[in-house]
Amino acid sequence: MVPGLIILLPVLGALASWLLSRNAPDAGIRIHTALAALAPLTGFLLLAVYWPNVTTNDPMVTTVQWIPQLGLDLSFRLDGLSWLFATLITGIGCLIILYARYYFDGKASAPRFFILIQLFMTAMLGIVLSENLLFMLVFWELTSLMSFLLIGFNWSSRGARRGARMSLVITGGGGLALLAGILLLGNMAGSFQLSDILAQGETLHNHSLYPLMLSLVLLGAFTKSAQAPFHLWLPHAMAAPTPVSAYLHSATMVKAGLFLMARLHPALGDTELWFGLITVTGMVTLMVGAFVAMFMHDIKGLLAYSTISHLGLITMLIGMGSEMAMAAALFHLVCHALFKAPLFMMAGYVDQATGSRDMQLINGLWRWMPALMIVTVIPAAAMAGLPLMSGYLSKKMLFSESLLVTAPPWADVVIPMWVTVAGLFSVAYSVRIFHNIFLNGLPRDLPVWPLKKKPIYALIPLAILASLSLAVGLMPQAIYDHLVHIAVLAATPSHLPLYDFSALAEAHTPAMMSLLAMLAGLAVYTARKPLFAIHARLPEVDAKDIFETLMQRTIRFSQTLVYQLENGSLQRYLALILMTTVALVAWNLTGLEQWQGPVPLSALDPLVVFGVSILCLSAIGVVLFHRYRLPALLLLSVTGLFVTLIFAWFSAPDLALTQLSVEVMAVVIMMLALSFLPQTSPRESRLPRVLRDLFVAVVAGSGVATFTYAVLTRPANSISDFFMANSVPGGGGTNVVNVILVDFRGFDTLGEITVLGIAAVAVFAFTQKLNLKQRVAESGHSHWVAEPHPVFLQMVAHMALPIALLVSAYIFLRGHNMPGGGFIAGLVTAVALTLQYMAGGLVWAHERMRTQFRSLIGAGLLIALLTGMASWVFGYPFLTTTFAHMDWPLIGEFELASALLFDLGVYTTVVGATLLILANLGKLMTIAGPGKEIG
Amino acid sequence: MELMFSVALGILTSCGVFLILRARTFSVVLGLTLLSHAVNLFLFSMGRLTSGAPAIVGLTPTSADPLPQALVLTAIVISFAMTAFVVVLSLKAAVELRSDHVDGENPNEDRP
Repeated sequence: MVPGLIILLPVLGALASWLLSRNAPDAGIRIHTALAALAPLTGFLLLAVYWPNVTTNDPMVTTVQWIPQLGLDLSFRLDGLSWLFATLITGIGCLIILYARYYFDGKASAPRFFILIQLFMTAMLGIVLSENLLFMLVFWELTSLMSFLLIGFNWSSRGARRGARMSLVITGGGGLALLAGILLLGNMAGSFQLSDILAQGETLHNHSLYPLMLSLVLLGAFTKSAQAPFHLWLPHAMAAPTPVSAYLHSATMVKAGLFLMARLHPALGDTELWFGLITVTGMVTLMVGAFVAMFMHDIKGLLAYSTISHLGLITMLIGMGSEMAMAAALFHLVCHALFKAPLFMMAGYVDQATGSRDMQLINGLWRWMPALMIVTVIPAAAMAGLPLMSGYLSKKMLFSESLLVTAPPWADVVIPMWVTVAGLFSVAYSVRIFHNIFLNGLPRDLPVWPLKKKPIYALIPLAILASLSLAVGLMPQAIYDHLVHIAVLAATPSHLPLYDFSALAEAHTPAMMSLLAMLAGLAVYTARKPLFAIHARLPEVDAKDIFETLMQRTIRFSQTLVYQLENGSLQRYLALILMTTVALVAWNLTGLEQWQGPVPLSALDPLVVFGVSILCLSAIGVVLFHRYRLPALLLLSVTGLFVTLIFAWFSAPDLALTQLSVEVMAVVIMMLALSFLPQTSPRESRLPRVLRDLFVAVVAGSGVATFTYAVLTRPANSISDFFMANSVPGGGGTNVVNVILVDFRGFDTLGEITVLGIAAVAVFAFTQKLNLKQRVAESGHSHWVAEPHPVFLQMVAHMALPIALLVSAYIFLRGHNMPGGGFIAGLVTAVALTLQYMAGGLVWAHERMRTQFRSLIGAGLLIALLTGMASWVFGYPFLTTTFAHMDWPLIGEFELASALLFDLGVYTTVVGATLLILANLGKLMTIAGPGKEIG
Repeated sequence: MELMFSVALGILTSCGVFLILRARTFSVVLGLTLLSHAVNLFLFSMGRLTSGAPAIVGLTPTSADPLPQALVLTAIVISFAMTAFVVVLSLKAAVELRSDHVDGENPNEDRP
């Protein structure tokens, strides 16, 4: 679990820093620094301890299952490659935090920096130490996010905000591409674990989706590592505080893309596509970066472009694919981290001392800052690639590798020339950054004068990095053998011998190329003034402006689109949804070869023809009269009645009974509502709208008709035989519909009565504060009839109640064997009681009603639930039913099923819910009304 | 029989769809009721149309498919509860927004 611990440490550190800044706002920057450095330092030491394990070339993989169904595990991998990167991240991280101690001295934002940089460190360590690619992807996105926050650190500055946004859009967009690529890769390899993927190089290469997958993965890597043409975000990220630039944009984040390529190289590498995509991109980036860097007057800008160029160089080497090229790539990566970080630190130091980063103003600082000059000599020389320096060796390795590439016909001439020219530029800008800042006459018009110098200790991190850089140059073989070689082994498919630096030293052509680049570079630098003049006359293209314009246009476009779709009209939304549904279904129906299936049609019965015709006519009548609401409602109830008859005709007595009682209740409710609403609808739809809606309606209707017809004329293949066969032996009842409701699908029914209860309670809640009195007065028709509670109705209702209750008890009890059951009995009871309300008035009826409807719902649900749970007591699953036949005196044989108890719960809930709804709607009717709540 | 049944379902659906596209809440409630009739009949018919053979064991040699019936039974009850809820919702909207237009306002003409 050590890799996991290393990832976790900075999170804890960030938490500690946050707590410190919250609880001790006066804590000095020293305490903050010490606290922040603790996590990376511990991580660094842990890595050092584990170095011997890594040298065995046997990756340490630890896995904790997280979501195995998705192939997502918390799994970590520590091998040579991840060890090298993690060491750089933690090691340079320590030095950056030390540097920040002086950079942020006396600034209130220091704690925020320490928190963010540690979180960033976590993300970075997560990328390099993950074994699971999906897991890695999470950290990958996290680096984009954290770098957004770090680049926008000085959020009050417009440049910082824009730079942050640009980097987020580009690297985040690349992250999306990477996500797609990784998902493809995982599917192709059958696993997201690196160990599995790395072992399947052959399978992946020959897969038909390999080109697509590789392009997507590389898009992610290229955006992150600022490869042309995605490099534009990096110079604009220089708006970040210098410690951020030194860390993110030289040593860590931009290297994540390189890491990814090296990581996946054994699985995806060594194909023509790999070479073509990566090497060419790297070459372009190398040249663009080096060329532009030379003309940059901003110190950080120069360093940014130089970083781009070096990233291109490493990318190019990775693309070449040979083991030696990979060795050169990783060796140069280490060298670059070691010389670029101190140069950035120097830039920040000069920036704070002089108040400017413009090299046209900053000159001849050696008089005032000799110590800074001394520690800068080495990294600058390394960047230029002067002999004895680390950069010299890595560049020479590049030259010698470039000579070995022969695969495409153009490569053997073009690549060596290309890298020599790029080397020339890099010499020129390296010489420039050193010569211009420290020598070259005297400073001019510096914003800060006299210079604000930091204590000499501020140079410690620079000095450490410079001496490390020097050490690499002096002892390349030892450094390579012990630190870099293990990484190369992990990044290449085969074993290779150690890189021989003595052979490199004797190589003749690379040395000549180096010498040539150096002399030409010096020449170019000498001739810089006319060159600058020419460059200044070139038309200026500001990438940021183009980017901003594009962003604004995209935003405007999406705004227009959104406003066009969402204009606030529910009618339109509904129409759009319906049209989409119709279109989607129609598209699928076109696949149907013939509409009519093989089953012959059954004969028409005149009675049915009559009933169905009335059904259709009444439905059409509802539409025609919908503006006159009372007639429409009456026609609707006719429709409902004939639906009931259809159920009865087609062998569904239970449905017919249910539909009939529901119909009564529904019409009563709508009548109640109608008394508060206008009696007619205004004619407001214009003809085109009516035609459009008519069109949608007719298309939808024809679709349903076609579909129904297509199904009905095809043979039925139902699972109902099981229910028919098991109803009596398993459920103890002959009415299969009821047995399904209370036994086979009892759990569904439990859910459904719960929904019923919730809807009733919602109606109750809605009507509580609904004040309709004013509305009734407005509508001007307070009562439709002169006598609200006619005596005749009262008499009939009183007599009917006991009979109705008896009928409902009968329906309830026989429900298991004959049509009936809890639902129907409940509805019948509710209808009978509703009649009492209508006949006697709300107050009269309610005074005689002893039960609270809400408790009735609760009791019903509880009965159903407890019946279900009772089967647990006997060791059966939830809602298992049991039954027994009993011989009762006088009544005869009677079957007692536990399902009956469940049905009692259903009955109670239905009664409670229905009456709660009705009584509360009815309460609105009574203008004087009972003051107390009903239900 | 099947053809007529399908056509009737289509008519019910068309009427329901046309009504739910209207601008006043009461028409929408009417439309929803018609649509739920159509949907219930559609689900029911998936068990095929059989007459004179209810799904009761031992009553007739063959019997109708009980499963769609059981599903539709609960659907009827729940669509009743939902109708009640929509009714109350439209009352609430009518009171609070002083209009029974579905968008809560009284536009003199259709929205674009």
